[in-house]
Amino acid sequence: MADRNFNATRLPGFTPIALIVFALLYLPIVLLVAYSFSGGYSVSLFEGLTLEWYRKAWENEAVQSATLRSLTIALSASVIATFCATLAALGTTRRKAFRGQTFIYVMINQPLMVPEIVTAVALLIFFASIKVATGYQGLGYLIAAHSAFCIPFAYLPIRARLEGMDLSLETAAADLYATPWQTFRRVTLPLLGPGIIAGAMLAFVISLDDVVITEFVKSGGQDTLPTYMMGQLRRVMTPEVNAISSVLLALTVLLLTAFFLLTRKND
Amino acid sequence: MAQTIAVEARNAVKEFGSGASAVRALDDVSISIREGEFFTLLGPSGCGKTTLLRLIAGFEMPSAGKILLNGQDITYLPPNRRPVNTVFQSYALFPHLTVAQNIGFGLEMQGRPASEVKATAARMLALVKMEAFANRKIGQLSGGQQQRVALARALAPAPKVLLLDEPLSALDLKLRKEMQIELKRLQLETGITFVFVTHDQEEALTMSDRVGVMSAGKLHQVGSPKDIYTRPVNRFVASFIGETNFLPASKVPGGVQLGCGAVVEVAGLTGTGTTTLTVRPEQVRLATQGEAGAIPATVRNLVYFGTDTHCYLSLSDGAEVIARLQSPSNGDVGLETGQTVALRLVQGAAQVLAD
Amino acid sequence: MSDAEKARDTATVRTSWLLSTPALVVLTFAASGPLLIMLVYSFLTKGQYGNVEWVFSTEGWRSILYSEDIFDPGVFVWADAHLTIFWRSVKLSLMTTVLTLAVGFPTAWFIATRPPKSRALWLFLITIPFWTNLLIRTVAIFEVIRNEGVINSLLMWTGIISAPIQITYTDTAVFIGMAYVYLPLMVLPLFAAIDRFDMRLIEAAYDLYASRLAVLRRVILPIVRPGIIAGSILVFVPSLGAVVTPRILGGGKNMMIGNFIELQFGQGRNWPLGAALSMSLLVIVTVALLVYVRAANRESPHG
Repeated sequence: MADRNFNATRLPGFTPIALIVFALLYLPIVLLVAYSFSGGYSVSLFEGLTLEWYRKAWENEAVQSATLRSLTIALSASVIATFCATLAALGTTRRKAFRGQTFIYVMINQPLMVPEIVTAVALLIFFASIKVATGYQGLGYLIAAHSAFCIPFAYLPIRARLEGMDLSLETAAADLYATPWQTFRRVTLPLLGPGIIAGAMLAFVISLDDVVITEFVKSGGQDTLPTYMMGQLRRVMTPEVNAISSVLLALTVLLLTAFFLLTRKND
Repeated sequence: MAQTIAVEARNAVKEFGSGASAVRALDDVSISIREGEFFTLLGPSGCGKTTLLRLIAGFEMPSAGKILLNGQDITYLPPNRRPVNTVFQSYALFPHLTVAQNIGFGLEMQGRPASEVKATAARMLALVKMEAFANRKIGQLSGGQQQRVALARALAPAPKVLLLDEPLSALDLKLRKEMQIELKRLQLETGITFVFVTHDQEEALTMSDRVGVMSAGKLHQVGSPKDIYTRPVNRFVASFIGETNFLPASKVPGGVQLGCGAVVEVAGLTGTGTTTLTVRPEQVRLATQGEAGAIPATVRNLVYFGTDTHCYLSLSDGAEVIARLQSPSNGDVGLETGQTVALRLVQGAAQVLAD
Repeated sequence: MSDAEKARDTATVRTSWLLSTPALVVLTFAASGPLLIMLVYSFLTKGQYGNVEWVFSTEGWRSILYSEDIFDPGVFVWADAHLTIFWRSVKLSLMTTVLTLAVGFPTAWFIATRPPKSRALWLFLITIPFWTNLLIRTVAIFEVIRNEGVINSLLMWTGIISAPIQITYTDTAVFIGMAYVYLPLMVLPLFAAIDRFDMRLIEAAYDLYASRLAVLRRVILPIVRPGIIAGSILVFVPSLGAVVTPRILGGGKNMMIGNFIELQFGQGRNWPLGAALSMSLLVIVTVALLVYVRAANRESPHG
């Protein structure tokens, strides 16, 4: 029986495939969260609800220090990356093309193009010699590396926001006796605000998620949450890892929801 | 009218791009705008009128030439140091500020005390009849209301000159008519020199004290609306403002001879050679056959416009003439396609164009 | 141009560079600069316990393709193991790209044809996995396919099989895992392209007697092609350089290039080889990106 209403956009089989894709996409994640509340040691069978694994993870000193380290790095890196990206976006958008502009674009987007493992080993080589030469072993290397690969993620929403901004607003401010600095502070910056916050949040999530580069750059005893989990995975799988994963997942969903509300409100 | 010059452009040239690809947006334009007048720059899009406005505002620097304000050279003065304000085509109202904050912005930047900023903003709100909207955000206003706020914001610092860049183009017809009257009222009330840019000839004719007609980066004619309508200096001005007829002619003593042989009297004409005669359709009348100076013509087409009827005619040499005849009470001008009629041009209405 | 105009242009360009400087400094120090140093390292001699000795050598590059026979110095044999790893990486990445395209296109189409209100929600549902930690998603899929995982438990419980099917630590596991983790990278650009697609064109095509298949082949696919290319590149490039997913699901045996590079800086202790392999991977990725840029540019005049 043909559809009573002809719908040109319907293609046969597409809707079932899409729904199956969504189901398969979420099934593993839902199971992961479910297991984190499971009482049994075996992650395959449900043996009663418990918060035991969350408590265990919470009391684990290694997890505590890794969490603290992850947050320190993500916070520092997202601040540095957002600062650099904001300035760069101001310098590269809404102006006549100039010599070297492509170079700047390529430099900024380079972390998106180069495979992570390549950057990771290059940083290992470079930082290893600095570590030997200076003796400094601190978190600085991780923060620098994270800042660098977070820059393009912070840059994108800021740039998009700038390009969507009416150039005549700043012209109007100048016309109304505002100096260039006053124009920036009173008009450009407030209007750019949501873009900057969005950029910082994306940078934060990206830094928090990193495994490969962190593994190669970190000095001994500098585990972040993802590298700690990676280490645990080499041994027996425990629901403790599920609990940590679930918390990270919740954090990501939270930040993303905020990001969407933030960007949508200003459309 | 006061004859003091408020704004002056001297041999202003503006080129965009460089080398072979350079585009001359403004080609050696000199203009003097008097204090307290409503001056309109009229021309098709891309004629350079907005560029000239931006030079006066300070958003662009001329490639050559000077801009003077009250006799002082302000060519290279940045826009935030010129006592000149602009009403932007897009209004450019700050979306993150309220109506009152937008209006007070200029005064605040000038470092005026908060009490003065507040008082002036309130006065300006009253001037544009927007008192009730002081604390609204810009996004909550209609197009016409935004237009009023943009006007109030530009007027608040009491500029020497107010520049208006096609401010009415985004409004619908009814609102546009209202705002035309409103603008004229504001100009009379404040006494500020208005420089208004538009491509709408009707707007230019109804509002301005004087009009400058531009095309292709050149200024063709400056004069009162009546001047430029009745005494256009060239073909462009004649055709851009209102509808008109162009008839090829050659100069003869006392006037010009048309291609069909008829002679039209034109006063003060000297020399010989070919030229173009222009006459407005409403200055073409029907004549009785055999009347002195009558030109025979054939009716090609009749189009009814309500108040008047446009009559498309051709002369014996094939030249085309449009006559705008007032429609009689029954709407029928009593002509038929193919009919032969006689035409008469109203005395002194026909103009000879330089080119 | 007048001198004043020129001076202002120069000042603007200088400001551009000045504003970009902090980003450029950070990126040079912790992203681009080290790549150049790595290039140098690929031409050095490997050290006894990792690192390098500062003696020029092309050994790192040569040993990608063939190796010296341990028992018979001077005899070179093809480095079969290396080539197998390269081949597996390319094969798995291509398979991943094809599978994600096959299921990603209907998914993107589905999202783009939802009414505006629910569309945002469906799109959000694709975006969450996109931003969720890759490690977490790999762990999640690992738990589903492992011997004691849901699939095997379910199949054994229903009695279809009596012993668990070994999926983990095989190429299939890596393939499934990569398709799972990289699917959102395919769906998002496809959605962007389909979203811009004017649905009235389909009605026009039907009006001109096109069949469903003809509509898809002759109207939809050519127009959304830039999205297909973008999605394919976005999946292919990270698949080729994948480390985490093949490590967890392949269990260290079914290595891909990424794991192999990693190995050279760990137990392998062959930094020059690792550096040369990294540079090779970089070249392959750059070529893929250039192909993409050219394809995208060729497409743009048609809109």
